Amino acid sequence: MIIDHPLLGPRDSAEFTYMGDAKLIDRPDWQAATAAQDFYEYAYLRDNPAGWHEELWFHEAGDRSWLVVTRNTLTHEISKVELARDVARRRGRST
Amino acid sequence: MTQINRLSGGQIDRDTTLQFTFDGKTYTGQQGDTLASALLANGVRLMGRSFKYHRPRGVLTAGSEEPNALVELRGGARKEPNTRATTVELYDGLLANSQNRLGSLRFDLLAINDRLSNFLTAGFYYKTFMWPAAFWEKLYEPIIRKAAGLGSLSLKEDPDVYDKGFLHCDLMIIGAGPAGLSAALTAGRAGAQVILADEDFRLGGRLNSETFAVGDQTGADWATATLAELSSLPNVRIMPRTTVIGAFDHGIYGAVERVSDHLHTPKDGKPRQILWRIYTKRTVLAAGAIERPIAFENNDRPGIMLASALRTYANRFAVSADKRVAIFTNNDDGHRTAADLYAKGVKIAAVVDSRPDAPRQENYEVLSGEVINTKGRLGLTFADLRLADGSTRTLECGALGVSGGWNPNVHMTCHQRGRPTWNNDLAAFVPGGTLPPGMTVAGAANGEMSTHGALVSGQAGSVAALHDIGIKAKASDLPQAEDAPVSITPFWYVQGCSRAWLDQQNDVTVKDVKLSHQEGFRSVEHLKRYTTLGMATDQGKTSNMGGLAIMAELAGKTIPEVGTTIFRPPYTPTAIGAFAGRHRGMDFHPTRLTPSHTWAEEQGAVFVEVGNWMRAQWFPRAGETTWRESVDREVLATRGSVGVCDVTTLGKVDVQGADAADFLNKIYCNGFAKLPVGKTRYGLMLREDGIAMDDGTAARLAEDHFVVTTTTANALPVYRHMEFVRQCLFPDMDVQLISTTEAWAQYAVAGPNSRKLLENIVDQDISNDAFPFMACANITICGGLRARLFRISFSGELAFEIAVPTAYGDALIRKIMEVGAAFDVTPYGTEALGVMRIEKGHAAGNELNGTTSAQNLGMGRMVSKKKDSIGSILSEREGLNAPGDLRQVGIKPVDPTDPVPAGAHLMTADGPVDAAHDQGYATSACFSPVLGHAIALGFLKDGDQRIGEKMRLVSPLTGVDVAVEIVSAHFVDPEGDRLRA
Repeated sequence: MIIDHPLLGPRDSAEFTYMGDAKLIDRPDWQAATAAQDFYEYAYLRDNPAGWHEELWFHEAGDRSWLVVTRNTLTHEISKVELARDVARRRGRST
Repeated sequence: MTQINRLSGGQIDRDTTLQFTFDGKTYTGQQGDTLASALLANGVRLMGRSFKYHRPRGVLTAGSEEPNALVELRGGARKEPNTRATTVELYDGLLANSQNRLGSLRFDLLAINDRLSNFLTAGFYYKTFMWPAAFWEKLYEPIIRKAAGLGSLSLKEDPDVYDKGFLHCDLMIIGAGPAGLSAALTAGRAGAQVILADEDFRLGGRLNSETFAVGDQTGADWATATLAELSSLPNVRIMPRTTVIGAFDHGIYGAVERVSDHLHTPKDGKPRQILWRIYTKRTVLAAGAIERPIAFENNDRPGIMLASALRTYANRFAVSADKRVAIFTNNDDGHRTAADLYAKGVKIAAVVDSRPDAPRQENYEVLSGEVINTKGRLGLTFADLRLADGSTRTLECGALGVSGGWNPNVHMTCHQRGRPTWNNDLAAFVPGGTLPPGMTVAGAANGEMSTHGALVSGQAGSVAALHDIGIKAKASDLPQAEDAPVSITPFWYVQGCSRAWLDQQNDVTVKDVKLSHQEGFRSVEHLKRYTTLGMATDQGKTSNMGGLAIMAELAGKTIPEVGTTIFRPPYTPTAIGAFAGRHRGMDFHPTRLTPSHTWAEEQGAVFVEVGNWMRAQWFPRAGETTWRESVDREVLATRGSVGVCDVTTLGKVDVQGADAADFLNKIYCNGFAKLPVGKTRYGLMLREDGIAMDDGTAARLAEDHFVVTTTTANALPVYRHMEFVRQCLFPDMDVQLISTTEAWAQYAVAGPNSRKLLENIVDQDISNDAFPFMACANITICGGLRARLFRISFSGELAFEIAVPTAYGDALIRKIMEVGAAFDVTPYGTEALGVMRIEKGHAAGNELNGTTSAQNLGMGRMVSKKKDSIGSILSEREGLNAPGDLRQVGIKPVDPTDPVPAGAHLMTADGPVDAAHDQGYATSACFSPVLGHAIALGFLKDGDQRIGEKMRLVSPLTGVDVAVEIVSAHFVDPEGDRLRA
């Protein structure tokens, strides 16, 4: 596969390490009353769809960016690649 | 006997005669021959024995789809089993042997299997060798393996090298027949970056096998001229002997180039093969078509082959398989073979056409009918016919060309879930709607079966593909070429036949397919696995369609309703060596050497692989006969005076920024915000699920600057995790990370004299007051060289770790040894390091093993509840805090001479010894030279409350059963007085 890195352009997927569902960005609030349940779901309940999926890829043999790659797990088509940091900010993780 | 079956013409070099040996006998052939064509030229039809019944077999095809003529090529370490004689390019001195025989090829003792065929039908193994089950592994399987098999391996190291390479292009064209050449010419003239790959050593595809004209020249000459023009274009890369083996994601293709397979031995350091990864923007698949046989009784005798193969041998290789040839066909194309062979002076016994309206010929007999049986023990002698009028006739012939029609080569169109669709006019599958993205199919592969159709579709495919990527290509005038329509009446097998072979390599007959259906294996995938139809090295390229057609008939379905099995890469068998490339032996992964490596080698160190690193394991001295002697000495010398160990391999991450302390608070379960500048702290990192991930130290060199260490093994995953936390979880923290593992050479200097030693090197005061336990600082050494000093200890002794830029690592170890001579400084390796950390009860990889929590490690109270850190919430969950949980303990034998091996399990002294009563296990063990007996670390249920308990340490597998006592994990200096000295 080829991942079109937002900073570096198209790179072979062999340069990346895969981590799965980009929902891992949405780490719960540790002080919430439901924190125990929230963290259980965060750590263990993960989507694994046959189809479009937002995934985390780490450019380990490259610039060390974490990326959110929107990929179809059936066809391996990639429709969008973003820096995970931008996604995280958009999802309200700025402190 | 010298090439008695050689004809005139052909595309061989008659001036270059080559000698080769097959089964010990020497023959000659010509440059341009394959092993198969050269054997046929010498009148050799018998080339192998079949897989199961050991029936005599000859060549069926003239290409890579060959199921039968498999040989062991070359000898010694270069011996290569299961090599298709049809693709082996002849070279001088070639050595080949037939395989899968007991005795000689002509008198194979295992041919008895053929007489037993009634017992050896489909599913025979499953049915017969079921009982008793224990016999399978010991008795049945080895015998069957020996009798039914393919070639044998040399079992020697392959002496040749294999390379990997990467290529990029606008357009790759797979196959250099008329469609591929036409596509390449169009794209090449348009200036596109083109790769033209073909598995053959002579490009041109069927143009080399046919007598058709293209324009005013022969097809073969047109191919030669076209290739000459392509060669002159700098933007076209022509890759002969290159098989594209798979269509992978995003336009990436795999291809194997056989660089040296056509030579006796690779020349000038060239690799034998190269595995290319080709990045394409667009691809034209012009892989042609493969002819299929018709099944009839005894259709597998040497001399019976595909009609198109006979034509290839005659027209390209100037060889006839025999002086007297018959043809059996269900379509017009089969007649071409008769015409071409006749023109070459070969006697045509008759053309047998299954259609009632077979086209007549004046030069030889054309009969409407079927071949119902054949004769000839080691090769075809007679064919029995049943004619349309019901009469029978026997035909004398030494070769029989069979044509059941052509299958477009859809293989690569299906590598990404594509399924082919049925075309009734061709009675064949053609590429379906869902092609791999970027692929266009042209020529016979797309069902364009005429030369004209191939030229036109190749050009059109090329123009369209280039248009997609913004390159304008012109359609030019194409030369005139043959444009005959396909005329075929499907005919798959002769009624009433049973031992009629469909898959010749796996010995699957029409009878087997019928039996499979009768026994309920009705899905095409089940048929394949039950009968092994299409499972051989040729993956059913010539056989699958016949099986599908019979299944369809039995099930009362159409062929498209039955469907095909899935085509998967690689297209043809690929050597494991090509996939491995240069990644063999020590080159399997990169080797990382520490800065003291050369020095350690000079000391005679024994090295151990730790991940990619080579670390000194111990430093043997003259007179020491066992590793234990060396390790015991190193431990005692370190604890007695001073030792030095290279700890460069520990991961180092530089953490800088205004929020650096806050960041460490997130990644470590214990607190770092209040760590003063100039101090180091032990840190435990948890995974989000509360399990320990790694441990190490963080040294605060400045308000906004920490140096974090990780274990050697986890340097990479921990850094990845830290970047995840930084970028994905806390994107706006002011913190930057960089791995500096390779940037700094680092040595542990440990022992009561370590300070005295370092005072000779370090430029500043390092007395206990000035530089106490857990201090850290940027310093200078040797009068100005920048360095870092940490007062941390893994050994439990007064100890320092000193780091210098890597380039000075070698100089520093030599300096330490030089000034340390006064204290008898002793280098120690990873074994002594391990002994000393077990003596101190420090957890390492065996304890931080991915299943243990902070609580298990006795560090539960370190997990701060006052702050948010990775893993802190889930470390509180019930499952990790249940009574009876494991706790780290020390284990010592009651009898000091007993061992306490790691991996053994703890049982109560008087309870039962079984898994249900398991109490825990030993994780790390060693002999403690300080204590004079073996010791171990381990995990024990409620271990912290069971100190002093006598237990049994057992390992039933290795016969260990030792009485032990549970003790504190801190065997040496439990109060820690030494490290604070």
